[in-house]
Amino acid sequence: MFNNKTENIIELKNIKKVYDDVAAVEDFNLEVKRGEFVTFLGPSGCGKTTTLRMIAGFELPTEGHITLDGDDISKLPPYKRPINTVFQRYALFPHLNIFDNIAFGLKLKTIDITSKDKNGNTVTKKGKLTKKQIKEKVSRALKIVDLEGFEKRSVDTLSGGQQQRIAIARAIVNEPEILLLDEPLGALDLKMRKEMQIELKSMHEKLGITFIYVTHDQEEALTMSDKIVVMSDGMIQQIGTPEEIYNEPQNAFVADFIGESNILNGKVTGNLKVKFCDHIFDCVDKFPIGTRVDVVVRPEDIMMCPKDRGMMNVVVDSVVFKGIHYEITVLAGEIELVIQSIKNAHVGETIGIEIEPDGIHLIENNLVSNEFDGVITKHGTVEFADGEFECDLSQLYDKVSSVEGSVITLSDGTEKDLDGVEVAVSFPIADGAQMSDDADEGGAVGNIISLIYKGDHYQYIVRTENEFDYVLDDEDLWNENDTVSIIIPKEKIKLILK
Amino acid sequence: MLKFSRKQLCIPYAVFLLIFVIAPLLVVIYYAFTNGQGNFTLENFTGFFTDTNTIGTLVYSIFIALVTTVICISIAYPIAYILAVSKLKKKSVLLMLFVMPMWINFTLRITAVKEVLTAIQGNLAFHPFLNTLIGMTYDFLPFMILPLYTTLEKIDTKLLEASADLGASPAKTFFKITLPLSVPGIISGVTMVFLPVMTNYVVLDMMYNSTYIMGSLIGSYFAAYDWNNGSMISIILLIIIFIITLVTNRLNNDESRGAVV
Repeated sequence: MFNNKTENIIELKNIKKVYDDVAAVEDFNLEVKRGEFVTFLGPSGCGKTTTLRMIAGFELPTEGHITLDGDDISKLPPYKRPINTVFQRYALFPHLNIFDNIAFGLKLKTIDITSKDKNGNTVTKKGKLTKKQIKEKVSRALKIVDLEGFEKRSVDTLSGGQQQRIAIARAIVNEPEILLLDEPLGALDLKMRKEMQIELKSMHEKLGITFIYVTHDQEEALTMSDKIVVMSDGMIQQIGTPEEIYNEPQNAFVADFIGESNILNGKVTGNLKVKFCDHIFDCVDKFPIGTRVDVVVRPEDIMMCPKDRGMMNVVVDSVVFKGIHYEITVLAGEIELVIQSIKNAHVGETIGIEIEPDGIHLIENNLVSNEFDGVITKHGTVEFADGEFECDLSQLYDKVSSVEGSVITLSDGTEKDLDGVEVAVSFPIADGAQMSDDADEGGAVGNIISLIYKGDHYQYIVRTENEFDYVLDDEDLWNENDTVSIIIPKEKIKLILK
Repeated sequence: MLKFSRKQLCIPYAVFLLIFVIAPLLVVIYYAFTNGQGNFTLENFTGFFTDTNTIGTLVYSIFIALVTTVICISIAYPIAYILAVSKLKKKSVLLMLFVMPMWINFTLRITAVKEVLTAIQGNLAFHPFLNTLIGMTYDFLPFMILPLYTTLEKIDTKLLEASADLGASPAKTFFKITLPLSVPGIISGVTMVFLPVMTNYVVLDMMYNSTYIMGSLIGSYFAAYDWNNGSMISIILLIIIFIITLVTNRLNNDESRGAVV
């Protein structure tokens, strides 16, 4: 049946969606194989639901193409797409009973009916499913979702979990090419959710339909998917199998979002050697010597051992019992490490730790400073990235005797007016910019869009109105989405004439 | 100190009901079943149903009410629908414009319509029936728009998306989802238009329509100091209205649970 069809059931090419000048999804490229279980995973507002809605046809992409079996469906209205959706809040029709809800799509469907005419020739004509066929299909769908005999019930007599099953039955009864699921388990309690996860997975195997699943729950994604698409800020961060996503995160965001991890600053010091926490560890990722890296170590990959018997000694700072394991926070000098272990430890005790080379994952991160294009103003300040900051103009020339506004006087007496001059601006990430909750205090205002804990400090990305990102380290914890102003000490700003 | 129980708090309302609802009703019933001398009789009742004039008036009233209601729905539904689905930020202002005539004195409004129609037609006497319908429709349109708008606005857009997702074209989605879910609004609108139109004889008077409707019939009996026949017609109307309300409520419960204005 699938012989003449492409291997990829659906392809999204360079998809971009813009709302009111803001890009909700950008640069989205994805190929989904027939029968795959693909999950879009990301925090709320990352664009995963928007992408799903574009596949369903509720939204049209601003740019890019969606192809289904090789045909461009980008502009096709939803009712013409062989794709069905399970909605987050079920969206069952309240005026119809369960049977009519499930049969809704079947009654609308036109199928090819082949029959023999009186001359014995086969004729094909378009027609509807018969009542009997519909009835059979509905009861089969109800059997799949384990709600046999519910046909006559009305929607409002059902529990949330049952309504969700009906919503699934209503979608799969149409035998769609692709089933889209928009956080379908979000409204269920934990126990029900776990059950439904297993059921959905086995349903997927039984039906052989391609599933595209949207969730913000990383555990759900890891449990169910063949392929995970991690999204943040409307962009794909990583595409991979659950194992790849978990074990080989491509950047610090993915490492931080998927599972728990220790993310630390490190530096490659030799062939398969990396230095962090003032200690050199063996690792398996190969980078040139001197490369700055983010080191990702999963809490379960750190082994505890008696003092002086491990690779380094640490001091136990806190212990929390989590049921299956203990979560132990230790201090390696100033840097915090989180360990998960079935062994207990005592607060204040000094212990040794060991990390196997394959438990250390390195992500190249040579970004040490923020770099922008700026312009000198007539007040002698520099404007860049939606902000205006005081700076030291004397660094632009040798032998400067005085600076007055934008005018500098060189020691030989020549004056130069730098008003409007373009410069390259840079300032360090570590110990560079600071944040303030007083919007007027700093030179630029933005929202914290990401924060990652790095053992002894947090790394923040503050995004301004026109989407300039300031990267800065801070020891204190700020909240995501907080609006902050950026303060950069005058002496930290480096200017170079262009 | 006096302590009020919750039951005692109901007393003012009970008194109000007694004086202004129950007592007048009893008086009406008393008059309906007595003759001019105060003796019990069923003549008023049988008289109504044996007199071709009164039956004719009843049929005419129902006819006017029916036509007005149909016109109101056909005008109000598209307006309410467009307002409900539009993404306009100022749509409450637009809605207010449609509903605002409700705030202007009824007689004044009808007089205004009458003047406009006179200006167009020259003499209102040529089209009494048409003018009555125009007057009635103008008068009752807001009462149809408002409940329809409220019901349509409350319909979850996810349901419309679900319908499209399952293969229904926009037209099919309208007839299979939007329309059935707006039935409560239609019923509220009908109750607020159909029944008042049956008795609203002011519009007919103003439009020089000399045909009687139920309201004018009661008015003419009362004007002739015939309290008994007037009361009986009121009682009959009351019963008709009661039956219609009962039927629509049943319909309402069958068609859709939820959104009732």
